[in-house]
Amino acid sequence: MAAIAVERGQMLGHWRRWAPVAVLLGLCLVVGLINPSFFSFGNAVRMLNTAAIPLVVCMGATFVILMGSIDLSVEGTIALCAVAASMLVTNDLTGVTIGLWSVPAAILLGGALGLLNGLVHVKLRIPSFMATLGIGFAGIGIATAILGGVMVRIADTDFRNWLSLGRLFGIPAAVWIAGIAVLAAWVIQERTRIGRWIYAIGTDEQTARNSGIPVERTRILIFGVAGLFYGLAGALSAAQIGRGHALIAQDRLFTAITAVVVGGTALSGGVGSVLNSVIGVFIVIVLANGMVLMGIEPYVQKGVQGILIIAAVALALDRSRLDVVK
Amino acid sequence: MSVPVLEIRGVSKSFPGVKALDDVSFAIARGEVVGLIGENGAGKSTLLKILNGVYQPDSGEILVDGRSVSVASPRQAFDSGIAMVFQEQSILPTLTVAENIFLGREEEFIRFGLISRSRMHAAAAEELRKVHLDIDPGMRCADLAFAARQMVEIAKALSLNSRIKGHVTILLDEPTSVLEQKEVDLLFRIIRDLRDRASFVFISHRLEEVLDISDRVYVMRDGKVVKELSARSASVKDLHQLMVGRQLHHEYYREARQVPPSPAVVLAAEGLSRHGAFHDVSFDLHEGEVLGIAGVVGSGREDLARCLAGHRRPDSGTLHIAGAAVRFAAPHEAAGAGVGLVPAERKVEGLVAPFSVAENMTLAALPRFVSHGAIRFAAELGVARDWIERLKIKTPSPDTMVGSLSGGNQQKVVLAKWRIAGVRVLILDHPTRGIDVGAKEDVYDLIRDMTAEGLAVILLGDTLEEVIGLSSRILVMRDGAITARLDAPPGGKPRQVDILRHMV
Repeated sequence: MAAIAVERGQMLGHWRRWAPVAVLLGLCLVVGLINPSFFSFGNAVRMLNTAAIPLVVCMGATFVILMGSIDLSVEGTIALCAVAASMLVTNDLTGVTIGLWSVPAAILLGGALGLLNGLVHVKLRIPSFMATLGIGFAGIGIATAILGGVMVRIADTDFRNWLSLGRLFGIPAAVWIAGIAVLAAWVIQERTRIGRWIYAIGTDEQTARNSGIPVERTRILIFGVAGLFYGLAGALSAAQIGRGHALIAQDRLFTAITAVVVGGTALSGGVGSVLNSVIGVFIVIVLANGMVLMGIEPYVQKGVQGILIIAAVALALDRSRLDVVK
Repeated sequence: MSVPVLEIRGVSKSFPGVKALDDVSFAIARGEVVGLIGENGAGKSTLLKILNGVYQPDSGEILVDGRSVSVASPRQAFDSGIAMVFQEQSILPTLTVAENIFLGREEEFIRFGLISRSRMHAAAAEELRKVHLDIDPGMRCADLAFAARQMVEIAKALSLNSRIKGHVTILLDEPTSVLEQKEVDLLFRIIRDLRDRASFVFISHRLEEVLDISDRVYVMRDGKVVKELSARSASVKDLHQLMVGRQLHHEYYREARQVPPSPAVVLAAEGLSRHGAFHDVSFDLHEGEVLGIAGVVGSGREDLARCLAGHRRPDSGTLHIAGAAVRFAAPHEAAGAGVGLVPAERKVEGLVAPFSVAENMTLAALPRFVSHGAIRFAAELGVARDWIERLKIKTPSPDTMVGSLSGGNQQKVVLAKWRIAGVRVLILDHPTRGIDVGAKEDVYDLIRDMTAEGLAVILLGDTLEEVIGLSSRILVMRDGAITARLDAPPGGKPRQVDILRHMV
């Protein structure tokens, strides 16, 4: 009897692991059948380009969620980093011009904001959702205050070409950069100590501590690492639209969390992967692209995204083992 | 004795409301295996956790090779040559076997910031060979059986031996409780093989095992070391007496107060089944009876208990309470029909820790204390005071938060809750787990009180001995089915072997 139960659970487990991929393939098939132009090279590039910034954001968000925390500061961090980057390249507001050095500057600023998230969360013992929500709002507020409500126009064509518009083998620079970010995240997850520790903390913090893992320091560091990705996303955002303003990251948070969860990373921590989030991002993008191709209204699209995130959580949770839901 | 590898002197440790360790001194010689025994709550685990750096002592010192050291974290303990196998498993199911073994000490496999997986797997395979566990180090621990995980846990602690130069001490907190005899034998062989390089502290409730493997035994009671003796000259009976501090006799389980069950059937199960848990379970429960259910983890008895109390739904079969057919969709329906469950996870499922004693007691019968939509606090307090008196609950007042009481008193609050709710059938899932000896005896008294008043009790005992001692009849379950039904009248109790034969 016991043996049968174990086997069943495992088969279900395997099914769950591959479900996001199946969903993505199914989705592509359906959209492609309804509108064959979905499979064109042009549409593929368009989708990749749309996916670039969400991918970068999700790499950071995945780490935080794997650890069992949540980071709601995404939009504030991206906005502040985008504004900073646009004010450091040739622009119509400041005289400062450091060209492509603005990219590492934005990344480091993101990392610093991330560390601040982690410090507030860990040192002041404030739940991560509250700490990051506060810092996210503060970020948007500071970006608004710096610009006094206006926007910065970027005149640095190098910056825009290297980060977004330029193409290699017909594929935009932003996509290549996102690819590198995914690779970096994957290496962090699979091959570094921090990567192991994220899973350990997300699965069982007490055990992690008993095994000698410096849990607090690791938590702070992970928020910092996530911030680095948001910082890069900020620079990419500024380069993409050629402007910097406080609301540049609108909707990024919701898309990121949807993608991470739809990809199969559990909000409870410990289960998932950055590769899951790559699949998740493409599910969200293909769905959005498909709805555009089918001529569905944007408002409806948002509703569908909302339903998607609830459906994903419902499917992912093994609710038979969950007696209490908070 | 030459300088001990590891020694503690005069260590005390208090938790809110409990003095867990009181001036404890303890030493381990090079290559020695030291047994540590005591009842639940005697302070054994606390002592090991202090040695392993999980807890800090309030006073006293720890010495390694005669030098005073501070062990502020498990990591520091490890670097001082101390590793621990935890009672509650510390294997992470989401990580692979190799990752678990070297969790927190990956640095030896890191080059240029990256972990070399192949070298880590090779090293893990080496450690797994030592415990004769033939599994792929890249396998996720979630896919391992429970006993295999325990062996991985042991391999993790033993890996210290090949990582640290010099002598090491390995702390084993009940490593055998989930192992089969074959695996226990293997573990003991490994321990004996490693003695030239390692010392061991071994905690187990199975006293035969302790005598078998140890050189010396420390006996703890109520946070103190009450006796240190050579294992060769001691017997299980000696140890038992030292542990409980009194003669063992059947009065412990109040057998004289065991009443013959009345012919009236209060609960009848007929062909109850739940897929993957148990099947075709039928039995009658009489008024005033204690019906013990014996079985190992996975025998289905926990699931059965939960179905009877409405926490789970059976797939098929019928249930009658006092002759009327019932189907419970939720625990409150079972409670309404007079069936209550005292769960094993008292803190999680049995009590609302931040509520007061009185609030917890009336929780299952709250409608009775409500008039015009408001709770009548005076009535609530009155009933609570009454039950605090009747069950001799040690609490400063009915308003005290229940979370601050000791385990035994918390359990009494849970029992009072169901008594106030007026249940006729009470299912006790490990009612004495984690409470001290005195409180255990109180619980046994309470069980006898209840049956004398005509309540029926279904008991999933903490030990087989407890099931035998308390029950009037015993059902034995294996793989989800009842394999034996035994009568257990006072003076005619079945032996443990009679039951074990049907359990495994």
